[in-house]
Amino acid sequence: MDRTPYLLHLADNALILGQRNAEWCGHGPVLEEDIALANMSLDLIGQARLLYQEVAKDRGGDCTEDTLAYFRDTAAFRNYTLLELPHSGPVVGYGQAQRDYGVTIVRNFLYSALMVLVWDALQGSHDKTLAAIAEKSLKETRYHLRHARDWLVRLGDGTDESQRRTQAALDYLFPFTQEFWAQSPAESEAVKAGIGVDLTSLREDWDDLVSAAIAEATLVRPSGQGYLSQGKFGQHSEHLDYVLAEMQSLARAHPGATW
Amino acid sequence: MNNNTKQLKDWPLWEVFVRSKQGLEHKHCGSLHAADARQALDMARDVYTRRQEGVSIWVVQSSQIVANRPDEKGELFDPSADKIYRHPTFYEIPDEVGHM
Repeated sequence: MDRTPYLLHLADNALILGQRNAEWCGHGPVLEEDIALANMSLDLIGQARLLYQEVAKDRGGDCTEDTLAYFRDTAAFRNYTLLELPHSGPVVGYGQAQRDYGVTIVRNFLYSALMVLVWDALQGSHDKTLAAIAEKSLKETRYHLRHARDWLVRLGDGTDESQRRTQAALDYLFPFTQEFWAQSPAESEAVKAGIGVDLTSLREDWDDLVSAAIAEATLVRPSGQGYLSQGKFGQHSEHLDYVLAEMQSLARAHPGATW
Repeated sequence: MNNNTKQLKDWPLWEVFVRSKQGLEHKHCGSLHAADARQALDMARDVYTRRQEGVSIWVVQSSQIVANRPDEKGELFDPSADKIYRHPTFYEIPDEVGHM
């Protein structure tokens, strides 16, 4: 059984959200939040590295964590579309929009609420290395959820403007969570082999976790229906091209460069 | 819905105390602005413990700290300057005693 497609899905999720959140570095709403988001980006990039290293081991040859991060093109990435979207409401790929902390918080909340359940389940993976990575990542992700949930409640149950913007972010992002529950071939294979987790088995827990926080934040849970994004199947929004262009350009301009 | 939410600039100042893994007591390490105690703890975690500095955090609102007035320095502290006999430096402490 080839475990690499499943590991790449997990790794790409962590890398792309880590890269996105790092965009706040030096631009955070307050100094403490700036540092908090950079910390969490580094947690995510650390998770991605551990997973890419495993993929590189399996693939052998010239494959390294760096070739996987910097020399794959858009269509090879298997992250959720949710994670590649800019920190704003809907905007075209080349468009400029002001970053909205509400979008950042809602996205981090929806994703970390899923990942605390995923990492918890993956601690029981038959793949011992993946189980160990899950154990480490679970602790980090618990804090990410605590941070995002705390802010979700503060912003939702805050001023008129913070509530309006947080609700708008929730309405915009919620439909993208449908992608969590659409099983990809990589996931099916991994579940069959006992190394992956069937996300549909986590859906009820995720629903409870998310609904409770949204209620506490005095927000309205959207129906979350509509367009089913396909990021984990390799069909991305135009935004991932821009994320990768920024992230990969240095490594591609100076292949093999070291500090 | 609370429209009396504090503005960013009104966030109170908090003093942060961190106990290190080997440390016996919490030590003052800095201060930060936060809306409330819970947020102050989280922010202290992110700002002051990301290089493994600590295993326990205390925060206290700076306005709750009572300090002596600087101009009382003379009467409060100077009298102890010539009482060297108050320092137990004349005793040899056996190794078995360990930390005192």
